[in-house]
Amino acid sequence: MKIIILNSSDEPIYRQIVRQLEEMILKGRLVAGDALPSIRGLARELHISVITTKRAYEELEREGFIETVPGKGSFVAAQNRELLREKRLDIVEERLIGAILAAKSLDISQDELINLLHQLYEEV
Amino acid sequence: MENILEVTRLKKSFKDFTLKDISFALPRGYIMGFIGPNGAGKSTTIKLIMNLLKKDGGQIKVFDKDHIKYEKEIKNRIGFVYDENHFYEELTTREMKSVIAPFYESWDDKTFDRYMKHFKLSTNKKIKELSKGMKMKYSLAMALSHNPELLIMDEPTSGLDPIVRSELLDILGDLIQDENKSVFFSTHITSDLDKVADFVTFIHDGSIILSATKDDILDNYGIVKGGMDLLNDQTQKVFIGIRKNNYGFEGLVDDRKKARNLFRDNIVIDKPSLEDIMVYTVRGDQHV
Repeated sequence: MKIIILNSSDEPIYRQIVRQLEEMILKGRLVAGDALPSIRGLARELHISVITTKRAYEELEREGFIETVPGKGSFVAAQNRELLREKRLDIVEERLIGAILAAKSLDISQDELINLLHQLYEEV
Repeated sequence: MENILEVTRLKKSFKDFTLKDISFALPRGYIMGFIGPNGAGKSTTIKLIMNLLKKDGGQIKVFDKDHIKYEKEIKNRIGFVYDENHFYEELTTREMKSVIAPFYESWDDKTFDRYMKHFKLSTNKKIKELSKGMKMKYSLAMALSHNPELLIMDEPTSGLDPIVRSELLDILGDLIQDENKSVFFSTHITSDLDKVADFVTFIHDGSIILSATKDDILDNYGIVKGGMDLLNDQTQKVFIGIRKNNYGFEGLVDDRKKARNLFRDNIVIDKPSLEDIMVYTVRGDQHV
């Protein structure tokens, strides 16, 4: 497992952890039942506050990505397939919104944008 | 959450300095950094906690017990690292240990040996032959060998190089793995140690400026930068401290969202370091 913390980033450290673990789960690098490092163990390894890792895990739990068994630790939760697909779409949606906003601000029409998308999808 | 250390309305007056009713609490299982400039009252507070100074008022509870009434029991459960070397320079590390160990009921030579080995310290070296970093590690080995639940350190990092400071981070991280131990350390350099601090208490001129989780502090505070045209008597009020130069201003706010609503897109907001918060607060006071 790889988690990289960028101190210079605008993104709070707990969000960086949440995002990276989410990505690993969405991409299938971590699967249901996989054990995660303990909250305190991860804090020690990354030289960050226990409260930061705790907050990251709490958020992942809330989103249904992981579950914590008292006394045993935290594990990747069985993912609801529908939810997983939705989350994956969310990621793409977010970037598309960025592209749409850029297109609108530069007076590029919907048709032009769709054409561009088709073209790029084939090329990339 | 159970508090391992609780300071309530603590008072102490000297001729030229007063600790003004300070309060803060450290929950069990966490690390608190006690930051502030020189002369802010950090050492005084720590000496009061350790009952090395007599308080004028207020209450200090350690392990939920009055720190004077249960002084002996409490001190058996605290590890204390002083800001300067308080060992006999002529003794070897092993001899010094033999002087200190009998004071602690739960002293464990195995733990001591383990730390000495881990820190690569020789047991037959005289204390005066140790480098500053080695003395620090020796103090830690001495403070941890009776398995304390609370480690209190007064300025542990001053004068240490970054490598030793980084090692200290590992040691503290190891220490709080079991969720039962806490660490309270003071520092005037907001050093790398802040990385691992869960809570930060900031003292300035004998008063507590803030005491909160570090994450909350860093989430809310911000360094706002923009052009001088944005500043007037009204807008200046949102800043805790502000620094103006010929090309614009930089100011510390404790509520980023409020600053964003006020100035919209005319400003940029930078992440503050604890050092920024300390400097702007102290200098803001002087209207620099």
